[in-house]
Amino acid sequence: MATRDSGGGQQHTNRREDEADEVQAESTDASDLKERHEKLSEDVDSLLDEIDDVLEENAEEFVKGYVQKGGE
Amino acid sequence: MGIETEYGVSVPGQPNTNQMLASSLVVNSYANRTSAPGSRARWDFEEESPLRDARGFELPREPAVDPSAPANEDDLGLANVILTNGARLYVDHAHPEFSAPEVTNPRDAVLWDKAGERVMAEAARRALTVPGTRPVHLYKNNTDNKGVSYGCHENYLMARSTPFGEIVRHLTPFFVSRQVMCGAGRVGLGVDSREAGFQISQRADFFEVEVGLETTLKRPIINTRDEPHADPEKYRRLHVIIGDANMSEVATYLKAGTTSLVLAMIEDGWFSVDLSVDGPVAALRAVSHDPSLKHLVSLRDGRRMTAVQLQMEYYEQARKYVENRFGADVDPQTADVLARWESVLGRLEVDPMSCARELDWVAKLSILEGYRGRDGLAWDSPRLELVDLQYHDVRPEKGLYNRLVERGRFERILGEDEVTRAITEPPEDTRAFFRGRCLALYPQQVAAASWDSVIFDIGRDSLQRVPTLEPLRGTKAHVGELLERCATAADLVDALAGR
Repeated sequence: MATRDSGGGQQHTNRREDEADEVQAESTDASDLKERHEKLSEDVDSLLDEIDDVLEENAEEFVKGYVQKGGE
Repeated sequence: MGIETEYGVSVPGQPNTNQMLASSLVVNSYANRTSAPGSRARWDFEEESPLRDARGFELPREPAVDPSAPANEDDLGLANVILTNGARLYVDHAHPEFSAPEVTNPRDAVLWDKAGERVMAEAARRALTVPGTRPVHLYKNNTDNKGVSYGCHENYLMARSTPFGEIVRHLTPFFVSRQVMCGAGRVGLGVDSREAGFQISQRADFFEVEVGLETTLKRPIINTRDEPHADPEKYRRLHVIIGDANMSEVATYLKAGTTSLVLAMIEDGWFSVDLSVDGPVAALRAVSHDPSLKHLVSLRDGRRMTAVQLQMEYYEQARKYVENRFGADVDPQTADVLARWESVLGRLEVDPMSCARELDWVAKLSILEGYRGRDGLAWDSPRLELVDLQYHDVRPEKGLYNRLVERGRFERILGEDEVTRAITEPPEDTRAFFRGRCLALYPQQVAAASWDSVIFDIGRDSLQRVPTLEPLRGTKAHVGELLERCATAADLVDALAGR
């Protein structure tokens, strides 16, 4: 049992390193990531406009008034 | 399995609202308009309260406040009903709660949990038609950011023979880390948001101990409450109190699906590794407080890894387990849970924001970061706290999660037509089918019901109690035809008694 455990652990360590390499390789492809983030932020801008329309008015008072009693 | 959710309740402009009254109004509004007059079946506390053991079946014919029921359950005239989908809708402490019917798989857990949101939205709409009432808002979240938390509990039926120590050992690290998928996101750090900031989980800051029975004080990561509502010799109920209430269907699906897999492995004695972490309560918070997902958790075996990597360890165990036990015969849903689990973890590791269409905390954070960028808001801005709160509003036109879905910005697992059916129809493969269908077919004759019984009043000397102790009996396959054949509850009772 102990042998099997430590064997598994060893394999895992190797695999982690491989994964770390992959992660690095992927994040060096910075232009791709930047592009994705730009598209995401465009999306977010139009999303915020939509949300502005439905957000409750007077945020400060609204969240201050949200007081609950314990449950469970 | 099944999910019970307490909803936050508020009447804007009236901060001093009696929340028990408001909750009761909501529940009663739904119950009164849904069922025929005078037909509201009451909850049967028989199996739930030791006070009731000697009571027998001499129930009052008219539903009434029962003085021997636990005090917190009969507040304000028993706002406590059973729905035709097999769910229980009631007031728990000062919150309306939807306890979803028992289901056999994670997808159905998502379906009836979502139906619960629709029930709550409809209940609040109906409450509005009561003259003189102000709008009641309901939120499927877990904290008011002022020190109070309320729960979304998962329940899993397990074999009684599973050693509890094994459950604690293997489930604790899993619960410390699963929030990276199932966190609902929260603005504010500390139970009363003492510090400004964003964290992954609504609940993490409210947990103080590793194991215990409490749910309202000194909350434990592993809760030991064990009323199986079934044969206690055979089953235990694992009552999971650590989860956030999720809006996201994918998050709820992964929460129920991955937890079920881990529990199956524990029951089966599969784990050959011990992933115990040092100081799990502190680790739970540290993981929640780091949305960059870089925090390293220390394992007892000396290794240090992120919560995502810790989840990956569980995923690997589960993948091997399923391969070993089922091979090519694996059912499609289990295969799907594994595939989504791996996919989400892989993407969280590389770029968490790539999960913004699937996970609540990521979606919420991306909105919040948007506001911070556009309007230059600091983390203590009330507007950001409002976004956090309103994300969970159950109204389709106001809830931010619901707006995201409406605009196709959120991935769904369910179709809205099946959600609509689940508002009134029970799951077909558990005892919830019998409970729900009896309520639908014989509303005037069901005097009371609970998880493990349905009690009929068919005008005989005593009430007729039909026990439903076995969760996998009373399914459509078992009783569907019988129920179709019985025009009245008396016919049904006679048929069950073999008369």
